[in-house]
Amino acid sequence: MASQKVLIDPLTRIEGHLSIEMDVQDGKVVDAKCRGDMYRGFESILQGRNPVDAQQIVMRICGVCPVSHGQASSKCLEDAFKIKPAKNGRLLRNLLLGANFLQSHILHFYHLAALDFVDITAILQYKGSDSVLIRIKDWVNNEFKVKKGRVDELTAAGPFLPRYEGKDFYIKDVATNIDAIAGYVRALDIRQKTHQMVAAFGGRAPHPISMVPGGVTTEPTRERIKNFKSNLKDVEKFVNEIYVGHVVAVAKAFPEYFKLGRYDSFLSYGAFDKDEDRKDFMFEQGLLSGKKPEKLDTSKIREQVRYARYRSGSSLHPLKGETVGDPNKAGAYSWVKAPRYDDRPLEVGPLARIVVAYHSGNKQVKSELNALLKNFNLEVPSALSALGRHASRVIECKLITKQCHEWLDELDSGKTRNSYDIPETGEGEGLIEAPRGALGHWIVVKDHKIANYQAVVPTTWFCSPRDDKGVRGPVEQALIGTPISDPNNPIEGARVVRSFDPCLACAIHVVEGDREIGKFRVC
Amino acid sequence: MSLNRRDFIKIMGGTTAAVAFPGVMIQGCKKALEKAAERTNIIWLEGQSCSGCSVSLLNKLNPDIVSVITEHISLNYQGVVMGGTGSAATRVLEEAVKKQRKDFILLVEGSIPTKSDIYCTLGEDEKSHRAIGVREWVEELGKNAIAIVSIGTCAAYGGIPAANNRLTNVNPTGAVSVQELFKGKKNVLNIPGCPPHPDWMVGTLLHLLLKGMPKLDEFNRPVMYYGKTVHEKCERLSYYKKGIFAKEWGDRGCLYELGCLGMDTGCDIPVRKWNNGAGSCTDCGSGCIGCTEKVFPEFGRRGIYQRLHADNTTGVNSSRVPGKKVSGGVING
Repeated sequence: MASQKVLIDPLTRIEGHLSIEMDVQDGKVVDAKCRGDMYRGFESILQGRNPVDAQQIVMRICGVCPVSHGQASSKCLEDAFKIKPAKNGRLLRNLLLGANFLQSHILHFYHLAALDFVDITAILQYKGSDSVLIRIKDWVNNEFKVKKGRVDELTAAGPFLPRYEGKDFYIKDVATNIDAIAGYVRALDIRQKTHQMVAAFGGRAPHPISMVPGGVTTEPTRERIKNFKSNLKDVEKFVNEIYVGHVVAVAKAFPEYFKLGRYDSFLSYGAFDKDEDRKDFMFEQGLLSGKKPEKLDTSKIREQVRYARYRSGSSLHPLKGETVGDPNKAGAYSWVKAPRYDDRPLEVGPLARIVVAYHSGNKQVKSELNALLKNFNLEVPSALSALGRHASRVIECKLITKQCHEWLDELDSGKTRNSYDIPETGEGEGLIEAPRGALGHWIVVKDHKIANYQAVVPTTWFCSPRDDKGVRGPVEQALIGTPISDPNNPIEGARVVRSFDPCLACAIHVVEGDREIGKFRVC
Repeated sequence: MSLNRRDFIKIMGGTTAAVAFPGVMIQGCKKALEKAAERTNIIWLEGQSCSGCSVSLLNKLNPDIVSVITEHISLNYQGVVMGGTGSAATRVLEEAVKKQRKDFILLVEGSIPTKSDIYCTLGEDEKSHRAIGVREWVEELGKNAIAIVSIGTCAAYGGIPAANNRLTNVNPTGAVSVQELFKGKKNVLNIPGCPPHPDWMVGTLLHLLLKGMPKLDEFNRPVMYYGKTVHEKCERLSYYKKGIFAKEWGDRGCLYELGCLGMDTGCDIPVRKWNNGAGSCTDCGSGCIGCTEKVFPEFGRRGIYQRLHADNTTGVNSSRVPGKKVSGGVING
């Protein structure tokens, strides 16, 4: 039987513009293409500017994880300026990043991914007394009533409907659905509280304002700490008492996703600095294929462009090449490049961090992952899957909320930032973990200005197209074997891709230059 | 969680501006909002954006985002939160075009590339399999929309995606603002900010719904939110008046010498604050970056941060970058 093309365009409920093209044969995906559909040219726009402007500009690469970009940039500038952050600055950064991990993970599970599993129309059968749920039920009823026969009938109960429809697409049990809808609503409030935590030390969220080379501008006053702590307590309670339960409920309803969306090679740059030397992390640094983590060497990173819309040289270190966008390049199908480490495609993100930490002997991670898998009588290899990604996020939330208390306690009366001078020339590398995975920024400074700036971003790693040898990117590979029950409603493919939490605005931002702007040291 | 009088006044311009909104307006509001059938449809498209405006909208409180969606507007299409994906999502847009719907406000987040539609696409044509540029969707839907609202600085003025490479003076994608696409059209307005405060977005929408077009300034922004500069209401204004200037990030004092753009930026954040009062740009010690302004992030050749020396007698600013001298005003430097 010939294969059939199945398209998901756009893949909504992610950040940015992504579409997925799948070849389906005998009801299963046999090939897939991951297409990044938007390009801005951030790194080109950065050239010639004041280096200190970089961290404000690069935050705008992504409105979901600006904290990570701001901090990767600050670290990158510190490296180029030859300074270290102040201790309080490091702690405040961890608190800001931690709050943003919570924000991103809670948003992802409840507001981006859950609608692939939960039946929102179950609210019509709600018989309880919760005033918010009653209001939502009345609203849905009213939408169907007043829009019937109208020109906008299709949009009744928008933005939740219309959606993919099919037998067995959504959880059947009414009580589970209603509990999850209540979770969705509660999570909206909890997520904005995580943003209050970011704003307490960041000035605002998204796009906090206080991160600078050398540390953070905000003094940790008693009032700010109090604000952070009171929101942290609410978030912590939600994570432990509600979020964990909902992940387990979804996994019990759809256990086949422990066998779908699987991948086997991982990279983590290490998350949450334990010191100012960038050597020791709360979640360990390393690569993993199998059980033994390898040491990271960033000089092995290359970006390949055979199938990406760039007409420049391929397989170059992020800092070495010139890159020219070409919207009409023959054979190319994405604005995302294909980063490779020693020619290997790697998955980055919460699952990568959790399994790298697990196999690096991280005791907390081990006990959390084992405990979660015990609900299903499963072992660690089952976690390398779509459901394993959701589980990894909630584990991170548990550990981060706990750790935030300790970071707050470590704050002292010392300064929050070290001063700097912008050197005439310099080079820097800034590595960090964003909620979605390994994020690296590189800068070259000349005449006190940015001569070149590069970011290799989590989604570029996992949503990459095929590389120069034709090897698929992690999402493309993870889709293979996914059953598609209805080619017109390919919800199963959407579930697999969303488990990675793609952020396309991040992934596509590369340099479009027409000349080489200097020679770069490969870090 | 319904919209009460106090909440309404708050989103319409903050407690200090209550006097600008007489009671009749608030009564009118309640009446209109109670009739769910009259709620205005919203189609929210994303061009070259970071989704930061969408995320900021989710931070809405008083009324919260659930109330906004279930009581105040009817959100037909919003890529970040909508249930539909793929064809289930684009069907909403296709139908709106095909049926020539005229019953919605079009919101656009992000700038629009003009060098090639391939720089930003959304869905594909069923028959030809041609990828459809977001530009095409915006132009088609904009024709019949009640109003076109640019959400955020990228949509309003081009913002960062429309900035030039400083070495080549070329913008990679030819990104433009939405008002650039609809030159001469009168029903286009801007809610700039990177991101905009959720109150600005929802407040402006409610104003459109209940009272029509709000009073706009020369940059097409509602005066009720952007009419005063950051400096005028700044938490650090008393330092400025006393001549106390911060020399390093986070120091006590006015942040002017560190490059704060509060004097040149229309925005009510020092009063409104971000995230339920948790922070403000000027209060946190790094200053205003001018993100609600048309010239963001360029400010001539100056850029965002420039170390300055406050010298009120000569008006000359000197950069603290070693070996570099910069002269001229803040914006035109």
